Order: sequence, then structure tokens, then C-alpha cells
Amino acid sequence: MELNANIPEGELTEKWQKYRSSMNLVAPNNKRKLEVIVVGTGLAGASAAASLGELGYKVKAYTFHDSPRRAHSIAAQGGINAAKNYQNDGDSVYRLFYDTIKGGDYRSREANVYRLAEVSTEIIDQAVAQGVPFAREYGGLLANRSFGGVQVSRTFYARGQTGQQLLLGAYQALERQVATGGVKLYNRHEMLDLVMVDGKARGIITRNLVTGELERHAAHAVVLATGGYGNVYYLSTNAMNCNVSAAWRASKRGALMANPSFCQIHPTCIPVSGKYQSKLTLMSESLRNDGRVWVPKSKEDVQKVREGSLHPTDIKEEDRDYYLERRYPAFGNLVPRDVASRAAKTACDEGYGVNSTGLAVFLDFASAIERYGKAEAHSQGIDKASQEKIIELGEKVVEKKYGNLFEMYEKITGDNPYKTPMQIYPAIHYTMGGLWVDYNLQTNLPGLFALGEANFSDHGANRLGASALMQGLADGYFVIPYTIGTFLANEINTPPFDPEGEEFKQAEADVKARIDALLNVDGSKSVESFHRELGLLIWDYCGMSRNEKGLKTALEKVRALRKEYYENVYVPGKANDFNPELEKATRVADFMELGELMILDALDRDESCGGHFREEYQTEDGEALRRDDEYAYVSAWRWSDDLNHELIKEQLKFDNVELKTRSYK
Amino acid sequence: MNLTLEIWRQDGQTSKGRFEKYQVEANEHMSFLEMLDVLNEDLISQKREPVAFEHDCREGICGSCSLVINGKPHGPMKATTACQLHMRHFKDGETITIEPWRARAFPIVKDLVVDRSSFDRIIEAGGYISVNTGQAPDGNSIPVEEHDSVEAFDAATCIGCGACVAACPNASAMLFTSAKVAHLSKLPQGRVERTERASKMVAQMDKEGFGMCSNTGACEAECPKEISLDNIAKLNREYLHASLADA
Repeated sequence: MELNANIPEGELTEKWQKYRSSMNLVAPNNKRKLEVIVVGTGLAGASAAASLGELGYKVKAYTFHDSPRRAHSIAAQGGINAAKNYQNDGDSVYRLFYDTIKGGDYRSREANVYRLAEVSTEIIDQAVAQGVPFAREYGGLLANRSFGGVQVSRTFYARGQTGQQLLLGAYQALERQVATGGVKLYNRHEMLDLVMVDGKARGIITRNLVTGELERHAAHAVVLATGGYGNVYYLSTNAMNCNVSAAWRASKRGALMANPSFCQIHPTCIPVSGKYQSKLTLMSESLRNDGRVWVPKSKEDVQKVREGSLHPTDIKEEDRDYYLERRYPAFGNLVPRDVASRAAKTACDEGYGVNSTGLAVFLDFASAIERYGKAEAHSQGIDKASQEKIIELGEKVVEKKYGNLFEMYEKITGDNPYKTPMQIYPAIHYTMGGLWVDYNLQTNLPGLFALGEANFSDHGANRLGASALMQGLADGYFVIPYTIGTFLANEINTPPFDPEGEEFKQAEADVKARIDALLNVDGSKSVESFHRELGLLIWDYCGMSRNEKGLKTALEKVRALRKEYYENVYVPGKANDFNPELEKATRVADFMELGELMILDALDRDESCGGHFREEYQTEDGEALRRDDEYAYVSAWRWSDDLNHELIKEQLKFDNVELKTRSYK
Repeated sequence: MNLTLEIWRQDGQTSKGRFEKYQVEANEHMSFLEMLDVLNEDLISQKREPVAFEHDCREGICGSCSLVINGKPHGPMKATTACQLHMRHFKDGETITIEPWRARAFPIVKDLVVDRSSFDRIIEAGGYISVNTGQAPDGNSIPVEEHDSVEAFDAATCIGCGACVAACPNASAMLFTSAKVAHLSKLPQGRVERTERASKMVAQMDKEGFGMCSNTGACEAECPKEISLDNIAKLNREYLHASLADA
């Protein structure tokens, strides 16, 4: 099978404009006759459903949450990038495009990324008009900050709650369409299958999570905006209910899953504190602007710190290893996420981890507090400030910058980070892989589209900070409203689909059989314990670094675990009831299969790039070794129940950028 | 630490509920929800039905948590959602009661889970700015005074959890509704529709069966995001303005 990305002809900078002006349109009288299903109501789904509703399509939107406002987009802290160049610092659409391609380690499509950079500016305008209260300067104009390694200030933000404010904007736009009748909202409905009719996506099967009833929903096209699959690792910064099931069900019906091994690990999360741990909490990347990462130089000190007989502040400066500053003098503590994460893992693997599990490093603000304190004393005209006074003044400055983060850290750990260094460790945060889509965001299944984190399209092997919000909203507000027309323009004479049709009944029966199978096992282990085991397995062998032997072991283990799942899981309760354990059971079943594809993808890719680090492919000093000659492709996987999965490659062509090795030394 | 839990169990909206007693062994580093996870794991291992409770982000931002802990929405800590509450704030041997939000407009789905779709319908009634995708002028074309922007932001940080309703003796949704009205009317973009917005949202709030506000301030005291009571004064002003405009 050949994959056609359907990239329009012409110069990179003109593709989208020309394509948009010449693509087929659906007239308003016909839009009223066409139904579109949108699954997921996070940034991508809510913005898509609202925009399609405004255009006049008959939209049905689905969320498993009680309200669209609870989608995990809400938890994004840092900000959203846009090439506005309001700061007059040399930003441009091209620069944002270039930074994104480079940051993704040259494993994404030029045309898609350029379009993303192009529409980024419209997102900010749209959000402002909706009432999103972005940070502003005293003059009343929008403020910016810089983020993760780029050299311009292009990140727009609303304190540490940018995702919340953008999601509320999209949610309100969606509710406005619900009020007009343009969108019908189905909350507490989970998609459990995709319905294909004559080779096109025409509907979904959902489970009403309150009553447990299975329902058949039909439409002319189906849009999935169902987020990423980071929860395959069990412990991640994702919300508890984030799952891959909608996307995975589509792939079981023939959609291709692209680059599943590309997962982003965020370097600054609060470490695991015990076996009962249910999720991990992120500490914003911005902390690395002032925090210094270190571990003790001697293992004796490490041991004493772990036992609690030595306080980290009592370790002398010369006995500390500021390993990022040592290894990467040019970027120091501000190296990109993948590099910082791997370095923490190396330190801990060598036995320098500073908590009882051995999986934590220090993030220390003492020098920042002292530096700010001295500057503040100077500006206040205090001549011979005592050390106490300096610390007091410095803590105030740090509080102003990071107060809410420090407070959150203290709430969770009980430690005061002003007085003792934070402990951090990397955690899974985002998945770059996802459903394969072409330039129109259409999967290989006609009529099935994928948006936001659920698709693979824009971030290559590594995503830059503040770009997830940008992509979700770009897809939902400014791409799908146009590109869905390329499919629907040919469907104007297609009458509405009958959810009583044979394909719908069959898909519902399939779902029922899957649910019954899980309930009937009546084994002895909880869904949670299987999920934990799966997560640990994927983390150990297909996490921050991977090697051939480990991946092969993992493949056997994941298959064995899957077998055991269907022999020994215990799912309490009934099918026709509000049953959160059953919801988890179907999701974990899907993660078990996805995990296999992640491992196979990591095995196939004999190179290191972005979030994918294969130990066999590194330079002498331990840096990632990319192999562009052989691996500049998107790997698109077709799942097969007999385990003969097929790998289809989409070669990436770079006509506008030169492929370079990333260096942060 | 060993704890006794008195938990409200209820099979469905129309079933009769009751408190049931459980023992659980926790440690002080756990979050409150992780303590409930431990209880549920234990119940599942005995093939008993786990306690249903709503949760998702566990970072204090999605607003899913809806637990009344020892009589207080989200428990004893100020400005803290139940998911961010840790067991170190409880004592070994303590008995903890856990109930759902109780309000006519929040019917119980199961155990500790309630239906808060009435909040969505209040937003649907007018909690937005009417702008279609693509209609927006440049983001910097209308400057917004910094302190207006900050005030709007403070109101906009509401997470829609409903603790204000659960805390209110009248189960009023005034704090929730007023926060949205205040957020949008503070910004120039939202001022155009302010009159209509306030009257429509208040009408919907009444229709959903929320009670009247009697200014007890319990909502503000229990709000995990510290949404200010000032917003209610602002809503009253907007509403009065709307009533006069109608007259």
C-alpha cells in the first residue's frame, strides 16, 4: 500500500493559501443535510465541533466526561506559541516552522508544520475575541514569554493556567452552538467502536456511562479528537481517564497508527512516592530558568541523603555534581526536554538518585534566591545586607515568579522548596505518535479524521513546549472546517445513515461481546494491577531509552500479560450500570495491544531521534545518533489480530530545511 | 495510619442511600483520592463493589472532584481540591465521613458521583461571547487595561466543581454564575452582550432548581480557587441593569 499525504503543489509558503482558495466547498443548504460526529471535547474537539456547527453542519459531539470543560487540555500550564512577532524580536511564520521541524528532530512533514505556524497567529486573535484573559503589559497589549530553547518570545500565556483558559474559550463557543441547536452534545458517552459502511467511516458505537446502554450513532463523517496515549505507561502526567480506545478502535477497523514509539518525557515531575501512586504531577518547564539540577558527587553522601541522615543543603558546593551544566555548558539547565530527561536517568542509573527509590534528582533554587536577593538589596539601597536579609528578599522574588508552583509542590510532598531543594524525575507527558493523517487530517479510512494529540502530524519525534495547545486549536478552528469539505463535497447526495443498518448492528454486537468477555473472566487480579504491570513494563523497556534485547523481551512479556489479562482479570459490577471499573477494563485491554505496536516501532527504528533513544545508536559522548539516510520516514502500522502487523512507510521529503544534528553543548 | 471511613453509598438517582463503614490502611504521603484507590483495590480483591467517585486530572484543575469530607466540600484545607488534599492532614485512628455534593440541581448518579450538567446549561444560556471562528480582529487591536485583565482572569479561574453549591445552605449557584458574568463583562470584548447574558444565565440558574443567595459567604470560604464574593455583587449589578433595561 502506498500512502499519499495529499500535500498540495506549489511553494511551501503558498500551499495552504492556494489550496484553501481552490478546494471544493459545500454550499450552506447542503451543510444542513450533512452530519458530522466529533469525538472528544478538549481543545481540538471543542474547537472543531463549535466551528463546524457555526458553518452549519449538523454536529454531534461526544465526551466521556460529565462536561466538556473537564478534558485534560485544561491542565496545560505554560502557554501557546504564535508567530505574531509582537516583541519585534525577529519572529516569523518561517522561524516558528523551522524551530518546530528542528525541535521534532526532522521527523515531521514540512507542509503540515508550515501550515501550523501560519494559522498560529489567528488562534491568538480568536481566543482574545472569545474573552480568554491572556497576560497583558501595562499598556494593555498582550504579553509574551520565552519557552524551551527557542530564541524569541512568542509564547502567550494566562498565568500558569493557559490550557484552562483556552479550553474554557472553546467550551463556551461549543455551548453557544449547543444553544443554537448546531451541536448536539452527548456527555458521559464513551466511543467503543467505529462503524464502517462501504469502506467509509459512518458512525460510532458508544456506551452511555450512566446507564451502561450501548448506542449506535450515524453520520456522514467521523472526527476523532481524543488525545494521546501516555497512560499506557500507567504513571504519567495525563489525567486518570485519558485513554487510547477511540483511536485504537479506529485502528482495529483499518486506520494506521503512526510513529507509536514517539513519546515525550518531561524532565521535571514530582517523583513517585510509593506503590499506591496513581499519577504524576508536572512542574512547569519554566522552573529550569532558575533551578539548578544536581546530585551528590559521592555515593556515601547519596546513601546518607536517602537515609535522611544528611540534609542536601549541608552538602558542600564542591561535593555536588551539576551534571547538566557540566555536560552541556552552552545550554546548561535549559537543554531540551528529551536531553534533560535522559541525563537524569543516567545519573540515577549510575546510583546517584537522591530519594529512597533512587529515582530522583535535585532541582535547587538556592543560588537563584541568593542572586535575586543581592540584586533586590542593591535596588532597595541596602548596603550591607545580612545573609538572612538577602535570602528573605530573594525568596520574595522567587515567590513572585513561581509562587503557585512552589505551593503545589509543597501541597503534594510536604517539603518547602524555598528551604530545601525540590526532588524531580522525568515522566511521560505527551505522545507525538498517533493516527496517521494526510494534509487534510484525514486518516487512510475515508471520512475518518483525527485532530490534536490524537494524530501524529506536526511534532515529529519531539514536541516543543507550548506547541500542543497551538496544534489542537489550529486543527480544530482553522484546518478541519476547511479540509473536511474535501470529503463532504462528494457526499451532498448521500442521505443520512440508518443506525439500524447491518454494519451498525454488527459493530454493537462486537462491543457487547468484548464487554461480556471481560466481565465473564471473573479472575483474581484487578484491572488496576494489570495496568500497573503493563505500565512498568513499557516504561522499563520502551521508555526513556530502548535497546534491541530489551524490546524483544518486552514484546514477549506484553503478549504474555495480554493473555493473562483475559484469563485472570476481575471486573466487578454489571454492564448495564454506572461502572468505572468496566470503563477501565476496556481501556486497559486496548493499551495492551497498543503497547505491542510501540515496542515493534521502537525495534524497527534503528536510530535515535527526539524522544526515541536507542542505546545502540549514540555518539561517543552519549548523544542521540540520527540516521537520516535510512530512517527519514513516518512509520505507519496496520494492526492485525493474528499479529502479522504491517509497516507502511511514508518517506519524508525536506525541500526547505537542511537536516542538521541538534547540539546543545 | 488506620482510618475508619463512613461513606455514602447509593445505587442510583432514585435509590435510597445509606452510610457504610470501612477500614483502610493509609500513609501520610498519599493523596485523599489515592487513599480511596487503596480502599477500592481492597474491596475489589474481596469481590465487593468499589465506591464510585468522580476524579480525573488529580492536579486540582479539571473540577471533577465532588467529595464532602467531614462536612466540608473538598475537606479541611483551604484553597485545596480533594485530589490535592494529602493524608498527612489527618490523624491515625480518625473517622472520616465522605458524602457527595448535596443539591437538588445536582442529582446523584451513584455513590459519590453527581450530575452537574446544570452548570453546562447555565453556560449554554449565555456564558460566552458571540464570535464565530474567523471573525476576530487582531489580538492587539483592543488594548485591555492590565488590572481589568487580571480581575477577569481571577474570575475565570473557576473550575466548575460545584463546591460553592455544596457549601451553600440554599444550594445557590450564584458564585459559579457570577464568576462567569464577571469574567466576561470585565473585558471589552464581552461588554456588548452583558445585559442579555446576566438575565439569561440567572433565569437558567433558577430554572435548574438552584436556591437563592442569602449572602452567607459559605461559597467563597469553601471555593478551592478562592473565587471572590465580589463577583456576586457584580452579578447583582449586571442583573439590576438588565431588569431596568427591560422595564
